[in-house]
Amino acid sequence: MKCLRPKIVWQLLLLAIFLTGAILAQRSVDRVRGRQATLQDVLYIRSGTTLKRASLGYSGLLADIYWTRAIQYFGGGHARNDTRFDLLYPLLDITTDLDPHLIVAYEFGSIFLSQQSGAGQPDQAAALVEKGIRENPKNWHLYFTLGYIHYFDRKDYKAAEIAFQKGSEIPGAQPWMRTMAASMAQHAGEPAVAAAIWRRIYESTEDETVRQNAVQHLQALRVDEETTELQSRVDLYRQKTGQSPSGWQALIQAGLLRGVPRDPTNKPYLLDPQGNVRMKDPIPFVTQGKR
Amino acid sequence: MPAVEIAGLTKSYTAGFFRQKRIVALQPLQLAIEEGETFGFLGPNGAGKTTTLKLLMGIVFPTAGSAKILGRDFRDPDVRKEIGFLPEQPYFYDYLSAPELLDYYAQLSGVSHAERRKRIPRLLEQTGLADAGRKQLRKFSKGMLQRVGIAQAIIHNPRVVFLDEPMSGLDPVGRREIRELILSLKQDGKTVFFSTHILSDAEALCDRVAVIHKGVLRGIGVVEDLKSQTADKSEIIWQGAQALATVSDKVSNSHVTGEVVRGVVDCAELDQLLEKLRREKARLISVTPLHGTLEDYFVAHTSEREAVRQ
Amino acid sequence: MISRLSAVAFNTFREAVRDRVLYNLILFVLLLLAIAPLFGQISIGLERIILINVGLSAMSLFGIVIAILVGIGLVSREIDKKTLYTILSRPVRRWEFITGKYCGLVMTLTVNAVMMATGFYLALLITGHGWKAADAQLLIPIYFIILQFFIMTAITLLFSAFTTPVFSAIFAFSLFVIGTFSEDLRNFAALTQGFTKWLVTATSYLVPNFSSLNVISQAAHDVPVDGRLVVFNTLYALFYSIAAISAAVVIFERRNLK
Repeated sequence: MKCLRPKIVWQLLLLAIFLTGAILAQRSVDRVRGRQATLQDVLYIRSGTTLKRASLGYSGLLADIYWTRAIQYFGGGHARNDTRFDLLYPLLDITTDLDPHLIVAYEFGSIFLSQQSGAGQPDQAAALVEKGIRENPKNWHLYFTLGYIHYFDRKDYKAAEIAFQKGSEIPGAQPWMRTMAASMAQHAGEPAVAAAIWRRIYESTEDETVRQNAVQHLQALRVDEETTELQSRVDLYRQKTGQSPSGWQALIQAGLLRGVPRDPTNKPYLLDPQGNVRMKDPIPFVTQGKR
Repeated sequence: MPAVEIAGLTKSYTAGFFRQKRIVALQPLQLAIEEGETFGFLGPNGAGKTTTLKLLMGIVFPTAGSAKILGRDFRDPDVRKEIGFLPEQPYFYDYLSAPELLDYYAQLSGVSHAERRKRIPRLLEQTGLADAGRKQLRKFSKGMLQRVGIAQAIIHNPRVVFLDEPMSGLDPVGRREIRELILSLKQDGKTVFFSTHILSDAEALCDRVAVIHKGVLRGIGVVEDLKSQTADKSEIIWQGAQALATVSDKVSNSHVTGEVVRGVVDCAELDQLLEKLRREKARLISVTPLHGTLEDYFVAHTSEREAVRQ
Repeated sequence: MISRLSAVAFNTFREAVRDRVLYNLILFVLLLLAIAPLFGQISIGLERIILINVGLSAMSLFGIVIAILVGIGLVSREIDKKTLYTILSRPVRRWEFITGKYCGLVMTLTVNAVMMATGFYLALLITGHGWKAADAQLLIPIYFIILQFFIMTAITLLFSAFTTPVFSAIFAFSLFVIGTFSEDLRNFAALTQGFTKWLVTATSYLVPNFSSLNVISQAAHDVPVDGRLVVFNTLYALFYSIAAISAAVVIFERRNLK
């Protein structure tokens, strides 16, 4: 009996060693395969209909799995150098083939597919959302998403107006859809319209990633507005004094400003020697008037 | 009305890869068993005993022939209310307890709820299974399983009971118990048909026996008659040792004690021997027929003779 | 007849209940239901969708696995173990035996489905912080899943009546897979001509139609199911099962048992 106790200790030790070894080996495997390991299926099987068949009727579940992969890979909020944006469209296409009613996939896709900081493929984003509209004809919000793509990333104001208009006609649509359609016709290109759209997006989504994106855009719009305004005050100073201001103090003394202007991240704006207004730490999506 | 009438039941199989070989498990069988009889079906392993029973129970279908049980066609399912069957090395649902099994089987045999409530405890008592209580059958010993087997064969009070090798695998105590059970069945007036290759059991229990070998019925009759059929010798005792010399060719195993001689003689030679002894003036003391055993009969009918028809 | 049928059915039910394989599988499903809400946290607003997809898919898949696992042994095990000898020597007709076994197994699966459904509704209650009106409609996909069990059990029983457990399992599972493509087969048949068309059409009808019984993705988005579909699917499941059982009876009644 007494020689049994050390024996079990050895056996458990052996078990622990090999299990640890297996875990370490697995981590090495993961590192080699890289972040996009789970997306490799997309490379090999691009047909949603094939996958739908292979799922033996459990396509909803498979759609959820693909959607989860999309979020984990693309939804970090920050694009990395090695992010395979070329896989985003096939991934979303497959997900929506498997479950055509997964609205969030169309909406998420549209934002990250179309934006330059994302995949930069607004045409494909539009195609995806149009598919979503075909499969979900009673969903007015998808028209909003379509309109947004046409407006921001394709700069096709006419198409945006048509989209907002069609969406506003669907029973249950919010009244601001019609307003949005109208703004397209008259005030297309104005920052106020853009801000209105981003605010709607922020309010209507439950997806945290999408929300953050909207916030960033709203901040950027504010920066654009403020820098344009500040720039005009600088020009005014130059007109008055005939020279560029040395700093914000000069403008304050000239009565053109009340205090050091701060950007939405609460850092002071910079005034460079040539008299251009800049942000201290630039945030994304700022265009500074160069739209 | 005979309890069981078998009219030409036969079973053959095709074997071989191309189904070309034909094996006859049971040649056309003619057999009748009277009600109240205890009938033994003897034969070596593979003789066709179990095949016969499987045919009667509807487990396999006959190639030809028919049978009647209690006057009705043996294929009539309702006639099975009157028969009980204990297969060889039986296996029962091992997740059930003995009372549950009996209840289930009784239900299948059409015993009413009230009757079941009465009979099951009594039968469990009778077969010595009352102590097993609610234990599942998977925990039963071989002997207990055999007793369950008999119990399920009689729970519905059938008129005819078929037992296939009821003693197989039992220890002497178990065998004695099963033997007593069979005897009590006999006392209840039931017809008992059981197959076995243990001759002492057959001798002790059966009224009539049949011997089957290689699918053919070799002999049938009352036990005593069969035993005496192989008896062909007598024991003879006489006084007059001087006569031994003249008759020594007819007498075997001779033993002399003083003037008295004891020997064994073939029945065919008996008359001649007595004649010779009289001429020699020997005094006859006794002539006793030596009884054959069932074993002799069995061996005689199952070893040398080949099947008459193939 | 009824008493014999119900005796066999009840005994089959009792056997399944005492077989501990079932408990482990049910436990597994309940476990899945417990962790499904965690997946919902990956994407806000999808909690309910993911729970329904995972929960109902698990119920369906595991139920079919159970139907196959238990069904394959239903008849062949009784033949192997010779428990059938003492059954057939009684007034039980062979068809009563087969039908009783079927009813017993179907009863078992229905009870399992009810237990799993209870766990499912509990999970819905917890993640949804209360029940919604649309939750009642989830009974329809659950009902369809039970219909799938009816069909699968009948098929497995049919195979069990004439072949070994291993082959029964392979055939039954193959029929399940092909059955999910039954509608595709019919569409394919429309594109062909002549003998191929006839052959493919016949196959598509002989094979069980599991695709129309799977409305899980629909249910996940609270899309209601057409009432007529409920009626016709019920009739289909009933007729198909009875057909399969009849075939099983025909085979079994002619079988010489060893």
